[in-house]
Amino acid sequence: MRNAFIDAVQEIAERDRRVVFLTGDLGFTILEPLAESLRERFVNVGVAEQNMVGLATGLAEAGFVPFVYSIATFASMRPYEVIRNGPLLHSLPVRIVGVGAGLDYGHNGVTHYALEDVAIMRAQPDMTIIAPAEPAQAVAAAHASLEVDGPIYFRIGKTNAAIPGFDGAFELGRLGLIGEGRDVAIVALGSMAGEAVKARELLQSQGIDATVAVVASVQPAPVEDLIELLGDRPLAVTVEAHYRTGGLGSLVAEVIADHGLACRLRRRAVEAMPRGLTGTQAFLDDAHHLSAGALAATIAGELTQNVF
Amino acid sequence: MTTTTQSQALSKQIRRSVLTQSKRANVGHIGSALSVVDLLAALYGSVLLAHSEDDSQRDRFVLSKGHAALALYATLHATGRLRDGELDSFCVDGSALATHPEHDLSWVDFSTGSLGLGISFAVGAALAARLQGSRRRAFVLLSDAECNEGSVWEAVMFAAHHGLGNVIALVDVNGQQALGYTREVLDLEPLSSRWAAFGWDVHEIDGHDVQALTETLESVADAPAKPHVLLAQTTFGKGVSYMENTIAWHYMPMSDEQYAQAIGELDGVS
Repeated sequence: MRNAFIDAVQEIAERDRRVVFLTGDLGFTILEPLAESLRERFVNVGVAEQNMVGLATGLAEAGFVPFVYSIATFASMRPYEVIRNGPLLHSLPVRIVGVGAGLDYGHNGVTHYALEDVAIMRAQPDMTIIAPAEPAQAVAAAHASLEVDGPIYFRIGKTNAAIPGFDGAFELGRLGLIGEGRDVAIVALGSMAGEAVKARELLQSQGIDATVAVVASVQPAPVEDLIELLGDRPLAVTVEAHYRTGGLGSLVAEVIADHGLACRLRRRAVEAMPRGLTGTQAFLDDAHHLSAGALAATIAGELTQNVF
Repeated sequence: MTTTTQSQALSKQIRRSVLTQSKRANVGHIGSALSVVDLLAALYGSVLLAHSEDDSQRDRFVLSKGHAALALYATLHATGRLRDGELDSFCVDGSALATHPEHDLSWVDFSTGSLGLGISFAVGAALAARLQGSRRRAFVLLSDAECNEGSVWEAVMFAAHHGLGNVIALVDVNGQQALGYTREVLDLEPLSSRWAAFGWDVHEIDGHDVQALTETLESVADAPAKPHVLLAQTTFGKGVSYMENTIAWHYMPMSDEQYAQAIGELDGVS
C-alpha cells in the first residue's frame, strides 16, 4: 500500500508544483523515485520529526502543500504538539503520512506499533483522518485529499493485498461496504478489512450473513452511513489494530449512543500495551484476537447467545 | 534608516503601551516584554520589508517567545499597523489579542506561545522563499531559555545544513527564565560558541542599541551563505528600575503605585 500511495503522491506532485515532500529519514526503497522526480521539492530533514512538522507549517503558510513522512508512531506522537499548534491552529494543508497501521511493524517491537494514533488524531476536531484498506483505496484517497484545505493524517498500512469484493473507492465521510448480510455488521478500520472479509466467509459457511463495512474515512466519520447500516442490524463488531479507547470502536459506540440505535456492539481491539509480545503481523493479529478466526468466533458466540 | 532620536521615540512609545496595557488588563509578562522592545523597534522601525499584510512577498516575522506578545502589539500599534481600538482590546473577553499572539490577528503570521516551535516555522518560511525564488527573509525572535527546548536545535541544524542565509534569528539574552536565572536553571553558556559550532553566523550585540541592531540586521541580510543569529544582550524589565533583572516580574502585574513609578521613570528616561 505504501508504494501505491507514494506513486499517487508523485503523480500529484508532478502536476502540482505546490507539493513538497519531507521525510524524517525513513522510506528506504520506497521514496527514491519520488525524490528523483521532485528534486529540490523533496527534503530529507533528518531524524527530527518536530522540526519536520514545523518546517511544513512554514512552507504551507507560503502556499505549499507539504507531505511529511515517517513511521506512524514517530509521525503522530513525537510532533503531536507541533501538529496541533502548527497545521491545525493555522488551518494549513499539511499531510502527515504515518506508515505502519497498528501492528504492521511486527518484529520491530512495541516502539513501532501505532496503537493510539487514531485516538489522538480524533481528539483534534479539524484533523481529517484517512486509513485506507488496500492499495487501490490508498491511491483513491491520495487523489481525494486534494479537496481538503486543512491538515490530513494518513494511516498507511504495509499490506499490499487487495480486498476481495471491494472496489477500492474512497469518499470522505462514507463507508465502503462488502456484502449485504443482515445478521451482523463487521466494521473494520482500514487495513483490518482483509481479516473482516475472511471472517465474513467463515461465517457464511455457518449460515451467518455478514456485511463488512470498511472505515477509511475516520474523520469526517461516516455517521449517516453507520446509522443506516446499524439501524436495522442486531449486532455490530468493530475490529481495529489500535487500542480500545478512542479508535474505531469508540467512534461506532458514539454513533450508536448519539443516535439511540438498538444495535448491540462488540469491540475487538488491542487491550493492553503488548510488552514483550512481538512477532509477525499475522501472529500478532491472532494474539490480540483480531484475526478472521477470532472475529468469526466472537460473532457466532454473540448470535448464539442471542437465540437462547 | 531612522535616526537615533526617532528610534528612541519609537522604543519609548512601545514601552509606554506595554505598561499602560498591562496595567489596564492587570496581567504580567511585563519584564519579558520590556526586554525585547528595542529589538522590535529595530525590526519594525526599518528592517522588516513588510508594508502590506496582503503582500505575499513581505518578510516574515515569528515571535517565538510568544509571552512577549504585548510588546509586539504595542510595536504594531506604534508603527501604524494596529488601530487604537485594537490595542485597547488586549486581554478583553472575546479579543484575539491574548498574552500570546494568534495569527487571527492582522500582521501575526504565526501563532506562538509554546516555546521552541517558532524557529521551525521561520526556517520553513525561509525554505519556502528559496523554493519560490523569492528574496523575502524570515526573522524569528527567541528567548534565551527557549534554547532549553531540543526542537530549537533541530531547526538550527537544518537551517545551517541547507545554508539558509535568509533566516535571521534574534535571541533575547536577558539571562532569566520563569523560575530563576538561566545560569542557575540550565546554563546556556557558552551560547555564542554553541550557535557558531552549529554553523551559524553569530553576532553578539547590545539588545538596547536600536541603531546598532538596525545596522547589523541590515548587513547580515545581504550575507547569504549561513543563517544569522544576533545574541542580543538585554536587561529583563528594561526601563523600569524595580523590574530590571528581577525574577518576580516574569509573572507579576503592577500595583497602582508601581505603575505610577514605572511611567514616571519612562518619562524621565529621554
